[in-house]
Amino acid sequence: MSETKPLRLLRNVNAKLAAIPMVLTALVVFVGGTVWTVFYSFTDSKLLPKMKFVGFAQYDRLWHNSRWLISIENLAILGTLSLVLTISLGFILAVLMDQKIRFEDTFRSIMLFPFALSFIVTGLVWQWILNPDFGIQSVIRSIGWTTFEFNPLNNPSLVLYGLLIAGLWQGTGFVMCLMLAGLRGIDEDIWKAARVDGIPTWKTYIFVVIPMMRPVFITTLVIAAAGVIKLYDLVVAQTSGGPGNASQVPAMYVYDYMFQAQNLGQGFAASTMMLVTVLIVLIPWAYLEFGSKKHG
Amino acid sequence: MKNWKLAAGLLLSVALPGSAMATDLEVTHWWTSGGEAAAVAELAKAFDADGQDHWVDGAIAGGGGTARPIMISRITGGDPMGATQFNHGQQAKELVEAGLMLDLTDVAEANHWKDVIYPPSLLDSCTLDGKIYCAPVNIHSPEWLWLSNKAYEKAGIPVPKDWNEFVASAPALEAAGIIPLALGNQPWQSNLAFGAITVAVGGLDLWKKINVSKDMDAAAGPDMAKVFEAAANARKLAAKSTVQDWNQATNLVITGQAGGQIMGDWAQGEFAVANQVAGKDYTCLPGLGLNEYLSTGGDAFYFPKLKDADKEAAQKRLAALLVSPEVQVAFNLKKGSLPIRGDVNLDAANDCMKKGLKILASGNLVPSGDMVWSADVQKQAEDLMVEFWKTDMAPADAQAKWVEILKTGL
Repeated sequence: MSETKPLRLLRNVNAKLAAIPMVLTALVVFVGGTVWTVFYSFTDSKLLPKMKFVGFAQYDRLWHNSRWLISIENLAILGTLSLVLTISLGFILAVLMDQKIRFEDTFRSIMLFPFALSFIVTGLVWQWILNPDFGIQSVIRSIGWTTFEFNPLNNPSLVLYGLLIAGLWQGTGFVMCLMLAGLRGIDEDIWKAARVDGIPTWKTYIFVVIPMMRPVFITTLVIAAAGVIKLYDLVVAQTSGGPGNASQVPAMYVYDYMFQAQNLGQGFAASTMMLVTVLIVLIPWAYLEFGSKKHG
Repeated sequence: MKNWKLAAGLLLSVALPGSAMATDLEVTHWWTSGGEAAAVAELAKAFDADGQDHWVDGAIAGGGGTARPIMISRITGGDPMGATQFNHGQQAKELVEAGLMLDLTDVAEANHWKDVIYPPSLLDSCTLDGKIYCAPVNIHSPEWLWLSNKAYEKAGIPVPKDWNEFVASAPALEAAGIIPLALGNQPWQSNLAFGAITVAVGGLDLWKKINVSKDMDAAAGPDMAKVFEAAANARKLAAKSTVQDWNQATNLVITGQAGGQIMGDWAQGEFAVANQVAGKDYTCLPGLGLNEYLSTGGDAFYFPKLKDADKEAAQKRLAALLVSPEVQVAFNLKKGSLPIRGDVNLDAANDCMKKGLKILASGNLVPSGDMVWSADVQKQAEDLMVEFWKTDMAPADAQAKWVEILKTGL
């Protein structure tokens, strides 16, 4: 045993040497930066980081701030709706694509195009489309329905759905591609067996194909969930958090307090809470993905 | 052969300028609207005029809230510009304390800033431990009500003379299909409107008690409750205003789609660019026509420390230039702001600027929010105000939250 140990360390020494820069980057930039941020979230840092500890005071203030509470609520609403809708719409689109249709490549490209646009562009485009003076409302009014009203971005109770539309338009194509890849990974024999047994297609999808696509669903869920938590640019471009604070999201709070309010401590506390949210999403996923293989 | 020529050319272009070309100084600011850009051009022209300096314009679009983080991270991140705009007051205080800003005391003494800059509070807010770190360029006061004469003509009623008349005139405007009060969605605009209503409705004593003596009982008291009630009434008038930027809101007033806007005197630059005449096409009411007091906020230039001695000399030349009488006149006429010195001739000023100059000369002045509260308190107040103006939050709740916010700045 004592002889094999150093050998294990020296095995593949070239590969290990080559990995060192990346390992260091990961440790210093990602882990180090995270630890530094969490550490300074317990200080009274204003414009510049300072080592004046205040315990949980920043967190206390954070969870009593109405803008932060609104942001968290918005995150929950947007997160739930966009996850449910992107995944179900993405799956339905993928199933439609999978029916051996003509021009599949063309349709797939069209569906995937919005994903090639940045959130800033998406946000601006939808801001214009939903703008009452030149968007949908004015078009329908010009056709003749003059009392038509569709102005979600200026209505505090509807603004989240305005964001949701833009988010779905942008992200569904990508989810569709992931799902399509999953569907193509299903063995033809399964379909043949189901047909021989006379099971209707929709039943095959729900009871056979979906359970088999579990890894694809989980990966999609994690990608989409992480995307929702870090949502920033779409909101900045489309609504700037307005009207009032009705469409604020946590990432905007972090940025505004770190830089506009010159209160790093408060911004760090908020970003630490975002990290906690990401971990809540990631840990169960990691457990399902990597933990279950060991057990079975 | 071609490559060789190109290389030689490049080498020459690097070798020559050292002696022949001017010292470049990058100046960052957030002046991007039509009137603002015209004013900045005056500064650049004056700076380039001596032949040895060159103004490299570093305009950052999106307003101060977007621009300041970029400026601060460039300075703290080791990529400082030659000069940068901030508002007077506490925005750059920590940068100065950290020793990142150039000491301008010698420039100030050589040019007698202490004697010429009026009101003296402007220079005080540039001073830390007896040293001067910024060059004030203008005075801006947010407490103005801008009214569209065209809108009132259309509604068939006379143009109001103060805030109370304005509120009373609102139903007639609405009946004519005009938005009574234009208000952009950005948080700072809601906070500005609230501050103006505080000075107008609450009066000067109340304002000073809360913001200067930091009397929290006054902030929670019944006089302030009246101000919150007044703001709650005002938000109903602005309910149909859906624009984002302040100049879009000003444009609603210029085109007569809105009756009025509470905005700082920088709005005047927009009226000027649109060829509007003060008193004929639009009316301005400083202090909302009720209390003719102005707060003396404004812009100042700070000069981050640079290693290059040539650039430092250029920075000091620019600092002296910004305060000089000729530049003050040229810049402020375009910008619509008031000069920082009382000894310049502003006969070319329009009606609104003259109103402002009169108030300035009479000394009816209060310090600006940026001078008395930290950026942290300002930001929290903005967040509260934008929510208050855009929802139906009860005035009493808003007041309680507001007092809590002010307490974080004590």
